[in-house]
Order: sequence, then C-alpha cells, then structure tokens
Amino acid sequence: MGSGNILWSLAKNYFTVGLIGLTISDRYASVVPVRGTSMSPTFNPQTSTFWGSSIDDCVLVEKFCLEKYKFSHGDVVVFSSPSNHKERLIKRIIGLPGDWIGTPHSHDVVKVPEGHCWVEGDNSLSSMDSKSFGPIPLGLINGRVTHIVWPPQRIGEVETRMPQGRFSSF
Amino acid sequence: MRAAKYIWQWRSIAKQAFTQTSIVAKFLCLLHVTNNYLCSSTLVYGPSMLPTLNISGDVLLVEHISHRLGKLGPGDVVLVRSPVDPRKIVTKRIVGMEGDRITFLLDPSSNDSCNIIVVPKGHVWIQGDNMYASSDSRHFGPVPYGLIQGKVFMRVWPPHSFGSLEQ
Repeated sequence: MGSGNILWSLAKNYFTVGLIGLTISDRYASVVPVRGTSMSPTFNPQTSTFWGSSIDDCVLVEKFCLEKYKFSHGDVVVFSSPSNHKERLIKRIIGLPGDWIGTPHSHDVVKVPEGHCWVEGDNSLSSMDSKSFGPIPLGLINGRVTHIVWPPQRIGEVETRMPQGRFSSF
Repeated sequence: MRAAKYIWQWRSIAKQAFTQTSIVAKFLCLLHVTNNYLCSSTLVYGPSMLPTLNISGDVLLVEHISHRLGKLGPGDVVLVRSPVDPRKIVTKRIVGMEGDRITFLLDPSSNDSCNIIVVPKGHVWIQGDNMYASSDSRHFGPVPYGLIQGKVFMRVWPPHSFGSLEQ
C-alpha cells in the first residue's frame, strides 16, 4: 500500500510537471539545440570547441510573436520545413510580403506573395533555404530566436541584422 | 506577541492563495494541452464548404492526433492555417496527398481551362466542397503539411445535424 502510494504521487508529479512544461514551451518560450552549420557564424561557428569536440549551441525561442505574426527583416525564426513537417529549420527572414528578392547567383527577381516570407541561412554556402524551396508561408513559423543560452562562453543576444549586399525592398 | 500572530496569519493566507493559484494554473495548463494535442471545439462559418457545412455557422469537434501521426488521407476535412493570412484558420477537404496527380478547373463557371499538377513532397492539395465560392489550392497552390492544425470528426451544433462527419 505504501509503495503504491509513493508511485502514484510520483506519477502525478511527473504528469503535472509535463503539463506545465508543455504549456510553457508552446505558449511562451522554449530552448532548442541548433544542428548543422547553415547559420554559421551566428550559431555553431567552428571556433566554439569544447575539449576537442565542437558542441551545438542551444537557443531560446520565444513564442509571443505567434499571436500577431508580426516579424521584421533580419529576425531569426524557427519553422517547420515545407517539404517535411517533422523537420525544424532555423533561418533568418530576408523578405516579407510585398518585397522583391533577387538571388545573388541568378538574375531573376521574385516577389514574396501575401502571407509568405523569404528565409535564408547566414552561411550561404551550405544552407537549405528559400533559394531551394521558395518563399514559405508565415504559418509554418514556430517562434523567434532571441538568445543563445549554451555554451556558457557564447551566452548573449541574437542581433537582428540583414546580411551585407542584399537589397530587400524598393 | 501580537506581531508574531499577525505574521502567522499572513503566512497562512499567503499559503492558501498560493495553493489556489497553482490549482487554477494547473487547470489552465491541462486545458491548453487538451486543446492543442487531443481535441477542441471550433466554430466555422462561410460558404466554402457547402453543402457539408452550413453557411451560418457550425460547431465542430476537431482532433489533433492523426495529423501528428501522419494518418490523414484524401477526403478528410481539416483545419488549415491559411497560407495567405497566417492569423486565419480555414476549413477545407484534402483532395490529394504528396505525389498525387490533381486535375482541376481554374474557373468552374467555364468548363474549358483544365490544369494538371503533381502535388510536391510534403504538401497536400486542399479544396472547399463548394467550388464556386472557395479560395483554396486552386488559387494558392498546394499547402505544406505543417500548416494543418487538426482533423474535423464530429459536428455538435446545430442539434439536428449532430453526428459524425465521415461518410
């Protein structure tokens, strides 16, 4: 009887903590690791090595922006990939609805349609972004990255900036 | 002596308030998780899903499990975050999954301009049942699977059409 009671209260506690954690991570903020080098040097620069092996950055993602879906140029966002809904990608918003986007390598200019945005990685050499799959609907966005929280020597804010040499709107 | 009594009283009140608040907070968390991961109710209106759904407004029960497990198929009525305006959620029927070949009329009032498209990977083709008054994949193309919010499985209002939506 005694051990059953302890088990029951333990399960109840785990359940409560899970509920609260899930709610906070859905509505307010969550912490996710960044894999890959597509956002280097903002995240995962090769210099941040820790005892020989490089470790991934963890970033804080805030969800308040999802109430109005208001974003600005240069925001770093997390979204689910348009070709695979289970995959999450982290990229920087380059263009918002109504902007004309020119790709550096080809000469055609694309207009970002209503309710969409143009996302690109900071590392243009190895990044799977709007240059390959086109503009994405804003509804796919899961949150905005505001801070790096791990590793300790890289804790700090993620600045909103536009890459050099890109024209965004005219 | 008096001060100690006051402090003790104040502490017990604070303790009680904390307990009550945490019960409310837990309840709200449970509500959020149920609404987002199990099942929720929603009010839909508009002409685009006639004759399946009424124009004046129906209350539907929506489940949020099968789209996470990838068990949706053609014919399911789903809630989709509109690709044109992310603040809006629209109700449409899935017509084709990824890889399907879709034939559709650009303009249903004139019966000639026919288009054929293959739905790309990770996308679905959605259409309203009322093809004359529906803004759907015929206008904005296939939508990513990630925009699907849930699957409609039951109608609870109006009472005379209470029941399952699956044929």
